[in-house]
Amino acid sequence: MSPLLQAQGLVKRFGGLVATNNLSLDVLPGECHALIGPNGAGKSTLIAQLAGELRSDAGTIRFDGADVSRLGMAARARRGLVRSFQITAVLPEFTVLENLALAVQARLGRHYGFWRRAADDPALRDPARRLMDEIGLGALADRKARALAHGEQRQLELAMALATEPKLLLLDEPMAGMGPEESRHMIALLRCLKGRVSILLVEHDMEAVFALADRVTVLVYGGAVATGTPEAIRADPAVIEAYLGTDEETA
Amino acid sequence: MVKLGRERGVILAGLVLILVYPWGVTAVGQPFLIGLGTRILVMGLAAASLDLIVGFGGMVSFGHAAFFGIGGYVVGILAFHAHAGTDLLGFIPGSNQALVVWPAAILVAGLAALAIGALSLRTRGVHFIMITLAFAQMLFFLFVSLRTYGGDDGLSFRPRNLVPGLDTRNDTSFYYVVAMLLVGFLVLARRLLDARFGMVLRGVRENERRLAALGIAPYGIKLAAFTLSGAVAGLAGALMANQARFVSPELLHWTKSGDLLIMVILGGIGTLYGPVLGAAVLILLETVLAQWTDHWMIVLGPVLVALILFARGGLWAVLAGTRRS
Repeated sequence: MSPLLQAQGLVKRFGGLVATNNLSLDVLPGECHALIGPNGAGKSTLIAQLAGELRSDAGTIRFDGADVSRLGMAARARRGLVRSFQITAVLPEFTVLENLALAVQARLGRHYGFWRRAADDPALRDPARRLMDEIGLGALADRKARALAHGEQRQLELAMALATEPKLLLLDEPMAGMGPEESRHMIALLRCLKGRVSILLVEHDMEAVFALADRVTVLVYGGAVATGTPEAIRADPAVIEAYLGTDEETA
Repeated sequence: MVKLGRERGVILAGLVLILVYPWGVTAVGQPFLIGLGTRILVMGLAAASLDLIVGFGGMVSFGHAAFFGIGGYVVGILAFHAHAGTDLLGFIPGSNQALVVWPAAILVAGLAALAIGALSLRTRGVHFIMITLAFAQMLFFLFVSLRTYGGDDGLSFRPRNLVPGLDTRNDTSFYYVVAMLLVGFLVLARRLLDARFGMVLRGVRENERRLAALGIAPYGIKLAAFTLSGAVAGLAGALMANQARFVSPELLHWTKSGDLLIMVILGGIGTLYGPVLGAAVLILLETVLAQWTDHWMIVLGPVLVALILFARGGLWAVLAGTRRS
């Protein structure tokens, strides 16, 4: 099976700091691939490079059979490579329904409609409503996004990415700042997505990673030190030294 | 949403007021006030067009008077050539026909906005404010240097542009032409803002990065809005030139851009109708207070400060009980 996403020899430098160091990574179709590593390992930088928000200093990114290295974020998103944000980035003055309708519109294109009311357009409204119910925000359709609880905003954030019907979701810490109850809910949601959409997941919550991931890549100082099944990673001495060991000691 | 009824009521009251105003001032024996009403509607049109980009697109332009002035000069220059019987640049004949001149003003101002926007929109925030101001200043000095068209002193012309079947020399007729164009624009703009284009435009204001992450490139959306806004400002400038039968570089002066921003803020950023109200209040304050003192800004200043501190949505929010949409 040829990989859906194939990153080769990626480099990103910020001045003297090498944030991504000759990193290669692939994500298979239908796979949930987790990216773990200590703080400062360069996970968010890598996500930004893959999404097209940051230009790489070296390396190539192939996605869905094409070289997307030179494309910007919007162009990659239209090809189905869609990211979510670590810091919640919903549109605060939009209602839940409007946020999702806009995301549906992003998939459909045709933004230069000047006359027909978007709120009455079933092509936008119906998929948005369906997604809202699926994600569990159905009762909050007309609530402004800024008035939602943190966990609900994270759900909306995920739903917006889903509304674009991505081939690969880049999820940057979807559980960030969530309580245990909200986290469990989010893990359940992500589990439902498995197989439907490929996921590259950056997450600190090891419980979530081992529950969801098919494969895990461990990132240390901007480079991949190991890739394998969750079981293999858990047993890898290099990984335990670099990351898991210290994590368990502090826990 | 909750107080939609009240907002509708205020809109209706405004419409009625616009309709009966010429009749009213004539009835009280002050028909010369019709011209004041026309000026308010014209500036309201320009301010509402500015609100499209400032209020809904989050692009604070400090050079909107450039497009207003370009629209005015299209009228003035074409009238000049029509009167002299010469051709502009050797091949464009002059004209007095509104149906020719006004679309030309819209087109030229729109093209200028497209060019200026294409460059300015590569920046944001304070840089965007400064670069739009810089372009407007360049155009201001361009018109100052055009000796053929009066340079500093400006250019008088008459009569007003001709509208088939109407006597535009009659102030009341001209008032209603302007009123119709203003109401027409507000209806179109309302539709546009609630349509798909309006949704992405507001999305750009809320979070540009998020939109790009969804696959919507913000640049084209912003440029389209900027061009449209400039084109409508050009129409407003053409109407103002007709009202005064005079154009001068004053139309493009940076203080004019400031006035337009004040109208938007006073009336309510992102309320569309508010800036028309803002234009009315600013022009009325200026007219009344200027008779009393040259330093009428002393009164306006505190009013603005109070409004910005206590009524975030401007006068429109106070009146209609709505918040910024």
